[in-house]
Amino acid sequence: MTTQTTEPAPLSAGWTYAPAPESAAIADVKDRYLPFVDGAFVEGRGDDFATYNPGTAETLATVSQSTTDDVDTAVAAARRAHDEVWGPMSGAERGRYLFRIARGLAERARELAVLECLDNGKPIRETRDFDVPTAAQHFFYHAGWADKLQHLGLGQAPRPLGVAAQVIPWNFPLLMAAWKIAPALAAGNTVVIKPAETTPLSVLVLAEVMADAGLPPGVVNVVTGAGDIGSALVNHAGVDKVAFTGSTAVGREIQRSLAGTGRRLTLELGGKGANIVFDDAALDQAVEGIVNGIFFNAGQVCCAGSRLLVQEPVAEELLAKLEARAQTLRIGDPLDKNTDVGAINSPTQKAKIDELVGSGAAEGAQVWRSSCPVPERGWYVAPTIITGTAGSMRVVREEIFGPVLTVETFRTPDEAVAKANNTPYGLSAGVWTEKGSRAMAMAGALKVGVVWDNTFNRFDPAASFGGYGESGFGREGGRAGMAAYLEDAS
Amino acid sequence: MTTYAAPPGQASGSTSSDPVPTATATPAPPALPAHLAGATADEATLRRFLSGLPAVDPVGLEQRSATLATRSIKKASKLAAIDLAISMVDLTTLEGADTPGKVRNLSRKALAPDPGRPGTPRVAAVCVYPDRVATAADALAGSGVKVASVATAFPSGRSSLEVKLADTRLAIESGADEIDMVIDRGAFLAGQYGLVLEQIRAVKAECEGRARLKVILETGELATYDNVRRACWIALLGGGDFLKTSTGKVNPAATLPIVQVLLQAVRDWRDQTGQQVAVKPAGGIRTTKDAVRHLVAVNEVAGPEWLDPHWFRFGASSLLDDLVLQRRAQLDGHYADPDTVALD
Repeated sequence: MTTQTTEPAPLSAGWTYAPAPESAAIADVKDRYLPFVDGAFVEGRGDDFATYNPGTAETLATVSQSTTDDVDTAVAAARRAHDEVWGPMSGAERGRYLFRIARGLAERARELAVLECLDNGKPIRETRDFDVPTAAQHFFYHAGWADKLQHLGLGQAPRPLGVAAQVIPWNFPLLMAAWKIAPALAAGNTVVIKPAETTPLSVLVLAEVMADAGLPPGVVNVVTGAGDIGSALVNHAGVDKVAFTGSTAVGREIQRSLAGTGRRLTLELGGKGANIVFDDAALDQAVEGIVNGIFFNAGQVCCAGSRLLVQEPVAEELLAKLEARAQTLRIGDPLDKNTDVGAINSPTQKAKIDELVGSGAAEGAQVWRSSCPVPERGWYVAPTIITGTAGSMRVVREEIFGPVLTVETFRTPDEAVAKANNTPYGLSAGVWTEKGSRAMAMAGALKVGVVWDNTFNRFDPAASFGGYGESGFGREGGRAGMAAYLEDAS
Repeated sequence: MTTYAAPPGQASGSTSSDPVPTATATPAPPALPAHLAGATADEATLRRFLSGLPAVDPVGLEQRSATLATRSIKKASKLAAIDLAISMVDLTTLEGADTPGKVRNLSRKALAPDPGRPGTPRVAAVCVYPDRVATAADALAGSGVKVASVATAFPSGRSSLEVKLADTRLAIESGADEIDMVIDRGAFLAGQYGLVLEQIRAVKAECEGRARLKVILETGELATYDNVRRACWIALLGGGDFLKTSTGKVNPAATLPIVQVLLQAVRDWRDQTGQQVAVKPAGGIRTTKDAVRHLVAVNEVAGPEWLDPHWFRFGASSLLDDLVLQRRAQLDGHYADPDTVALD
């Protein structure tokens, strides 16, 4: 309250942030990119395909496409490199290459951040502060393991598996490549990796970094193309290990086709993560965690906290705070340093999000949407919060993979656990409570691979990440992540 | 009507000559919602109310602050922010060595922060000790620049309520428009929340209708974000017109996470009562970059309604010099020699 009767109107009610775009020229985008096989960038034998800038819907570059013959060549190169160079090499020596790659990533961080932003559509703030530094961190972390394999608890001399076939998604192109390549190389495997057809560029620049680091030819090969090439790669008779991150449908197909082949498989698939807020939670920070959980990378995150479960006594207060906060998010040009929510990676994905949100409205849920204007060009979805949902609705059951949060309430911890676990998925969950014992009990009861306590979407190379149920199996990061690329020799 | 425990070592009669203000003060503030009006019924109720406030998670709070600090404010929006920040400065001198001459010089600078550039805004206020208020009031008369004065046994607050009220009276009667009081941190840390509230109310009664009251929480001594949030609510319930972080005499002073807690408190208070309360970080904000980060936090945490000198201030001495230098750099396209800006 104030003692003054006349209060001046705010001088700066109209204070806006001037556009602060990062220069696209920093990415040094070439007209055309080539697959990387046996230490060289070589023409693929398939037709060129285009990759688009989701922020503007314009063509960004064309990419020469690999064929199944090219996959054969790449797998043969990886086998040769494994048998002749990388396998026999000492761990200390392998570690040196990994450190060199990590430093190379750090040196080209700005270029990679802009390139990732252009090719994927996520905001520069995320690529600059998360994707690229975390990718470098994964190489640094795993470089340290290369000469310490005997300390993993897998015997005195655990052996590499051989050639790893890796297929990665479009939501974190560079980071997923680092997650997969770094442990494989540290353990002594060689790699053939296929980035998603909508986001191949940063992985091809990573190949440049690796070539500049002097990595012997064939140790890492990058093939390009869509699902058919991925399928040819994971089913190739010459590979010993398959690591896939992507949709549950494709993961299921891979598991079916690999059954009985003896090839090792890890799958990191979809999710429908619950963010559980108890009435004693630090509400303002819970709001931040919910926002980060579902609007980070526009919700195109397999471990996104896409289902909010809030205890009834604080539901109204929390929702009011959440909508007010979501309204402050800035949606727009991914290159603008002040953009919080960027573009959706492809028109296909946007259509899927729109269709699911529409189904929620049709089934009787209330749809709240930020009124922040979205650019006319490009593929954007404004932050969306769906209330009045029932556990049977498609928006609650299916992975949306977009900036869309569903809200349910609960009364007791048991009910929260029951609702959180009532999904075929099991990748991540968040628990918000000031009571440590309750957080621990919840972590034990939730059927998920990752539980965040009073935070969300935090990643560290030393912490194993992976799923449960239809979210897949196998772990990436930490000791368990290393074990996925080694033969237990104990 | 209130039944707060008397502070230890202080005669319970000491407050009898300064009755706890009641609704008879004018103008009557709008009635508080029942859950807030009832919160101050007695010491136990107040304690339950404060411990029932949502906790503050330090990791999440500091993470949000770090994200806010990445906002890139350039060109026209930077110039607008600099002008706004200058108009929000409480230009401060709080030294034992303060002379009338020093206060007069500071007042001149408040009126014309950059005399060569007549478009430069004036600051919001000049902040001095009570015995220097008359000098400042004389120098600033009719200008619209306010005179603020620290009072209540600043900076420690370790004296009797009578002394604190006399200090406040001296400042107001010498011409202060705004009173910056300190809360009793000793009482707060001993859990005597009622005593802290009672003293704020008593000083508020002294100010009522004559001066706006800034309540200094001295967050550096409260140590935890949970304590800061509780102190905010005591100050709000006590009728403070401003929540202020620090005296500037204790480190750490104003930090972005601390200011964020204050901004959340005034936002919540307005949501619950309809009343808007101002915020003033003080101490530790020395650069334009830092000031702009705080304005971003004001804009995004409290809301654009607080982007006004009436609702947000910077308690600072050296900040103004950097704002003036940066303002020139924005207009001229290059930096000026710092010695071209007057020291005081």
